[in-house]
Amino acid sequence: MSAAKKNSSDFLLAVEGLTVSFDGFKAVDNLSFYLDPKEIRVIIGPNGAGKTTVLDLICGKTKATSGSIKFAGKELTKLKEHQIVHSGVGRKFQTPSVFEDLTVFENLEVSYPKGHSVVGALAFKRDAKVIEAVEEVAATIFLTDALNESAASLSHGQKQWLEIGMLLIQKPALLMLDEPVAGMSVAERKKTAELLRVITKDHTVLVIEHDMQFVGDIADRVTVMHQGKVLSEGSIEHVKSDPKVIEVYLGH
Amino acid sequence: MKSSALAKWIVSREGLYYLILAALLIVVLPLFLDPFRLNMVGKYLTYAFVAIGLVMCWGKAGILSLGQGVFFGLGGYCMAMFLKLEASTPEATTIQSTPGIPDFMDWNRITELPWFWEPFNSFSFTLLAVIGVPMLLAFIIGLAMFTRRVGGVYFAIITQAIAAILTILIIGQQGYTGGVNGITDLQTLNGWDIRTDEARITLYFICVGMLFLCLFVARFVENRKLGRILVAMNAQENRVRFSGYDVAAFKIFVFCLAAAFAGIGGAMFTLLVGFMSPSFIGIVASIEMVIFCALGGRLSILGAVYGALLVNAAKSGFSESFPELWPFAMGALFIGVVLAFPNGLAGLYRSYVMPLEDRLFKRNKAQANSVAKLATAKPEAKKSDNYDAITDTYSPEKS
Repeated sequence: MSAAKKNSSDFLLAVEGLTVSFDGFKAVDNLSFYLDPKEIRVIIGPNGAGKTTVLDLICGKTKATSGSIKFAGKELTKLKEHQIVHSGVGRKFQTPSVFEDLTVFENLEVSYPKGHSVVGALAFKRDAKVIEAVEEVAATIFLTDALNESAASLSHGQKQWLEIGMLLIQKPALLMLDEPVAGMSVAERKKTAELLRVITKDHTVLVIEHDMQFVGDIADRVTVMHQGKVLSEGSIEHVKSDPKVIEVYLGH
Repeated sequence: MKSSALAKWIVSREGLYYLILAALLIVVLPLFLDPFRLNMVGKYLTYAFVAIGLVMCWGKAGILSLGQGVFFGLGGYCMAMFLKLEASTPEATTIQSTPGIPDFMDWNRITELPWFWEPFNSFSFTLLAVIGVPMLLAFIIGLAMFTRRVGGVYFAIITQAIAAILTILIIGQQGYTGGVNGITDLQTLNGWDIRTDEARITLYFICVGMLFLCLFVARFVENRKLGRILVAMNAQENRVRFSGYDVAAFKIFVFCLAAAFAGIGGAMFTLLVGFMSPSFIGIVASIEMVIFCALGGRLSILGAVYGALLVNAAKSGFSESFPELWPFAMGALFIGVVLAFPNGLAGLYRSYVMPLEDRLFKRNKAQANSVAKLATAKPEAKKSDNYDAITDTYSPEKS
């Protein structure tokens, strides 16, 4: 990089002045935040604060009314969803979205970042490299023994892991997870925290989460959102002691 | 190595299902049916082309088209135009005020062959058009709908509207299309009289051959990663999109594929039946095609073939005795399928007959295995072989 760096290119993700309005209601209002490479950022905030909408905007599911999203120096707001994925952004949805009619192996294989075009998908071969990648990810997400099972037969927690695995196999630079531990048992939560710690060694992660214990476990920094705006940002201790955050979110 | 894989496939369970269908269509039916009945079976089979396309498009990818008759009709009309031009030589049409053009044009006071009829003097162009014209229309519809994310019921309604529009257009433009009567009095294909019994039997076998070709293309697609993406798209479109796929491109592809199959079916229909008319391509015809597919099993390409055969056979049988009752029987059949066995005959086969087969197969395998084990201690299969087995469990629809 050149010596005269502009601020937005220092970051992996630079969101600036992002606004989206649905029929005049600003779900996200002039929002700016920045992610460093390899950072784990957690977004918290009360219901309706616009957290999920922010992820939707970054991954292209929702189009921004104004503002910019720069990812590794590339403007994302003009790209189509699959192009954003190809730029290296992976998104996990709140409810587990896996392909229930396919096996775990096939779920991961479909997510393998090759053969994305129609012709490519026709020519795609299940070669040793693919099998190796699938097995490697399956081991990471604790599903080695379930590879040949139908995804429909997995438990809720396992489906969440599978979807995370489907992102991992894409090798994205940025992983966005929407409430990854919602609905999980205590044991599954622990395992998921462990999984995230492994993942974050070589990914930048943006997580939406409510569970403050879990947030404290994983977050480098926390962004608190309220009514589409950033209310507070910083370390978990900083955020927890911020009177504004206590007022609207954490409670007294 | 290739041929051994083929041999292995033929003796696999799926290969056996294909063999049974081939035996039925190539040996049993021609042996027991007179040319007239065999020709009717051939006509039913032309609908099987459409049904296979619907399995890919609707069953796998979840795109319900209620306008497949359009593509069937376009294929059929392309073929009919070629045959009609061949039948309208200046010598054969000397009594017309303009000899050398199709008779219905003359009746409608058209004095010159319209420009879009000209290329259909060429047989190779016609063969291309049979597939190309339906695919082109499907591509345009797909591009307009799928890139705008029109799907589900809206898409079904639009395809239905297109079927209505095409019918009205054909009926209205009598001078160019033959109107409500269609294009009739077709006689020869490159000089070969298609109305004789021998010709009809030959055409029947060509039809069966084309059907198997389409079955293999469909099977190839469904067993590739593309097939898995189609299935994945059906339930979790967004997940596919956010796994880096351009969902619209895949939808357009499968819709075009289904249109190509339907076009081939339509062309075979024209050849076997000897004419083409708007009644085979309109709303009712298009919905009937969906019923063939639903009854056979919308997830199984072989099931769709049986569905097309059975429903059409029932239709003929029923219409011969109680013509006015058939529509009600058809409606009842459809409701019955949707309510009682949504995966159609193939679904029934899979849940009731296949377990029996499994037991049979297993017993045989167990015996074979125990013999083999005595002979040699076999090393464990490689891991990758395990995964390939997935494709196997995936493909035998009742097939």
